[in-house]
Amino acid sequence: MARITLDSLRHSYAPNPKGAGDYALKEIDLDWQDGGAYALLGPSGCGKSTLLNIVSGLVTPSEGRILFDGEDVTNLPPDQRNIAQVFQFPVIYDTMTVYDNLAFPLRNRGVARDAVDARVREIATMLELDDTLGRRAAGLTPDAKQKISMGRGLVRDDVNVIMFDEPLTVIDPHLKWKLRSKLKELHHRVRATMIYVTHDQTEALTFADRVVVMDDGIVVQIGTPVELFERPAHTFVGHFIGSPGMNVIPCSIDNGQAIVAGMSVATENVATATSGRTEIGVRPEFVTLASEGVPARIIRVADTGRHRIMEAEIAGAKVHAVVGDGINIPEGTAHLAFAPDMTRIYDDGWLIGGTR
Amino acid sequence: MATKTHNERAWWFVLPVVLLVAFNAVVPLMTVVNYSVQESFSQGVWFWSGVEWFEETLNSSRFQAALGRQLLFTGIILAIEIPLGIAIALTMPKTGPWVPVCLVLMALPLLIPWNVVGAMWNIFALPDIGLLGYTVNALGIDYDYTQQPLSAWITVIAMDVWHWTSLVVLLAYAGLASIPDAYYQAAKIDGAGRWAVFRHIELPKMNRVLTIAILLRFMDSFMIYTEPFVLTGGGPGNSTTFLSIDLVKKALGEFDLGPAAAMSLIYFLITLLVSWLFYTLMTRQEEG
Amino acid sequence: MKRWLVPTLYIIFLMLPIYWLLAMSFKTTNEILGGFTLWPQQFTLENYKVIFNDPTWYWGYFNSMIYVTINTIISLAVALPAAYAFSRFRFTGDKHLFFWLLTNRMAPPAVFALPFLQLYSSVGLFDTHIAVALAHCLFNIPLAVWILEGFMSGVPKELDETAYVDGHSFGSFFFRIFVPTITSGIGVAAFFCFMFSWVELLLAKTLTAVDAKPIAAIMTKTASSSGYELGLLAAAGCLTIIPGAFVIYFVRNYIAKGFALGRV
Repeated sequence: MARITLDSLRHSYAPNPKGAGDYALKEIDLDWQDGGAYALLGPSGCGKSTLLNIVSGLVTPSEGRILFDGEDVTNLPPDQRNIAQVFQFPVIYDTMTVYDNLAFPLRNRGVARDAVDARVREIATMLELDDTLGRRAAGLTPDAKQKISMGRGLVRDDVNVIMFDEPLTVIDPHLKWKLRSKLKELHHRVRATMIYVTHDQTEALTFADRVVVMDDGIVVQIGTPVELFERPAHTFVGHFIGSPGMNVIPCSIDNGQAIVAGMSVATENVATATSGRTEIGVRPEFVTLASEGVPARIIRVADTGRHRIMEAEIAGAKVHAVVGDGINIPEGTAHLAFAPDMTRIYDDGWLIGGTR
Repeated sequence: MATKTHNERAWWFVLPVVLLVAFNAVVPLMTVVNYSVQESFSQGVWFWSGVEWFEETLNSSRFQAALGRQLLFTGIILAIEIPLGIAIALTMPKTGPWVPVCLVLMALPLLIPWNVVGAMWNIFALPDIGLLGYTVNALGIDYDYTQQPLSAWITVIAMDVWHWTSLVVLLAYAGLASIPDAYYQAAKIDGAGRWAVFRHIELPKMNRVLTIAILLRFMDSFMIYTEPFVLTGGGPGNSTTFLSIDLVKKALGEFDLGPAAAMSLIYFLITLLVSWLFYTLMTRQEEG
Repeated sequence: MKRWLVPTLYIIFLMLPIYWLLAMSFKTTNEILGGFTLWPQQFTLENYKVIFNDPTWYWGYFNSMIYVTINTIISLAVALPAAYAFSRFRFTGDKHLFFWLLTNRMAPPAVFALPFLQLYSSVGLFDTHIAVALAHCLFNIPLAVWILEGFMSGVPKELDETAYVDGHSFGSFFFRIFVPTITSGIGVAAFFCFMFSWVELLLAKTLTAVDAKPIAAIMTKTASSSGYELGLLAAAGCLTIIPGAFVIYFVRNYIAKGFALGRV
């Protein structure tokens, strides 16, 4: 197990990158603690798979270093980094039995027969694969195959990190939840450093202790699920996490105060110095109907079963609000109030007063 | 496969194929069967002779020798072309500007008319004025495919390897191209060596295309006629007279219709039997 | 060991006999019979001139082209619906029929040469292009059905169903939607039909005399009748490589992908 440090990483797939647009990864500095469960969350094309492949050694970064426990591994090939990776589609060796699949990484490293046997059986029990050990891997269901891929990572006790690249893509919806909790349980058991790449916020937030949110080649926020939800460091994070995402309403600034549609809005932070476009961000959960406040035009109401989501418009910007039962939603216009401690001012997308 | 619906009207779709192939296959086959059980003394006069021609053919040393040569030839070229084709496919670049160039150049021999292939090798291997023959003799090796059976055999085999290995390369290459990158990455991470990657990833994934390659090469080499006929004419002596050459000699050259027909059927049945074995093996693999 | 070494050596091996044929075609008969020369010392186009000025020679090329084209069109036209039936439906005897078709690909042409001669003579088609084209259907139709069936099985059945829901008739679905989606499969099948019809000689030679005689057969005749005119033979051989090279060039992008997608 190891601590992983990414030091000023930049990567471009173009041979001679000019300008920031050519970089798939723009500037990454990260520290992953030993034994942590991390998620890398972001939309398709944000650079998370590139980052993963750099950690595993399948891609060599254009600039910067990767350290495992302070030791530079940037130029080591994958097999010398002692890592394990589970891919999007189950990668199994079709012609081998489940047992041989699990034993394969150990046998390649010349581990003694008895040790291999003991370890394979232990991992198989952990993954509930005991019954299928003697069967050919080719005929199994996708979730069993994906368990085997995980198992091939887990059998080695010298792995520095186990990485998961969208591992639940091909799993049936009702089994996703099961496999995810299995994974969480395994993490508690083996205490290996795990990095889980996904574009699905539910998977990221339920699996990880800390989530790294990426967008367009940069890390926009690192935090616990609660931090990401309550205090997004960037409007992108607010928008990407949560359903519906955080409301982002353009505002003007007067003396450090946010002004929306001519009304002053109380916020948690103060706009000290601003340099670009200013917005306030507030989650739908913290928007309420009030007798006075910012005037809004109500567009429609959707009932999700658990609660109702009201969609309204303030000065051309769409605003969602979660409305509890028993509250009457007026037609036409209404006034909205924002919880002051959950409403923040963003400057050019970034939270004012947040740490970048 | 399980999602196919039962529909007897599908027969209308296959009817044109059935009619065309039947016209080509059934009528001539009946003719052959007809000849094979009769004897003619003069044009148009036939006598029932039963299985006589079959017994005669099976017992004739000429047929046995041709069959033996045929089996040896097919065995040798399969043993060379399949591994060689796989090896070349493995070393081919996977992407880049050279891929289409390689593929076009490699496919070229496949599209040369078979007698031109024979003629080309005939000229190429001539001991006095051919590039190959001249070079080999200049190296001090006594080589003349028109006189020595061994030289003739080597030339015929080299010609077939030249002619058909590309088919195996193309099939194997296509099989390799369909393996997702993740398999290679996983193998790297699992610490698998080159041999293990080949044994556990590449070979299983190429399984199907390789079966097709073996089947096609078996069938075509077993039927080979034009190339060796043009190259050596079956000689020196009878040393490169394979089944088809012997058959054509008998049927069109000596006009020995009865025995030729019997030989045709035996020949066809052997091809059919081996191909059927391959075919069932293949379909079983696909299902299981 | 460098990776490119093996393919490079192999390609050199492939090119050597072709080079020799090309070199021969530019040599005079005297030079050829005079002894070993690595490249033409007295460069001549005489051999090619003979071919281009003699109708028996150049008509041989046209004859070959004509029956190959007819054969490719017939094979694809009948194989398309049949392959569709095999890939989409179960019907009485389907598996047996499929194997029976394949057995015809396994039939040695030598076995059929004589019966074909009698059959096509009796229906009055001897020495016509259509006779050779039909005879080649014996092995090309099974192959085309086999290849196309593989490609069609790779197309999800939902495509058919969506089209019917959208109100397409079978004909409009088949030609406007289905055929375009398997273009690469048709390309590969056409390639193989062209290839096997172009390179086959035994049946083509047996079924023709004068009017439809293929180029390959004319070459054999020349080689035996007019002594040993190697230069002429080589020039004619070189010219037979050109159509094949053209065809490969057009399907070069299908070769790698096409083989993997379909069952062949």
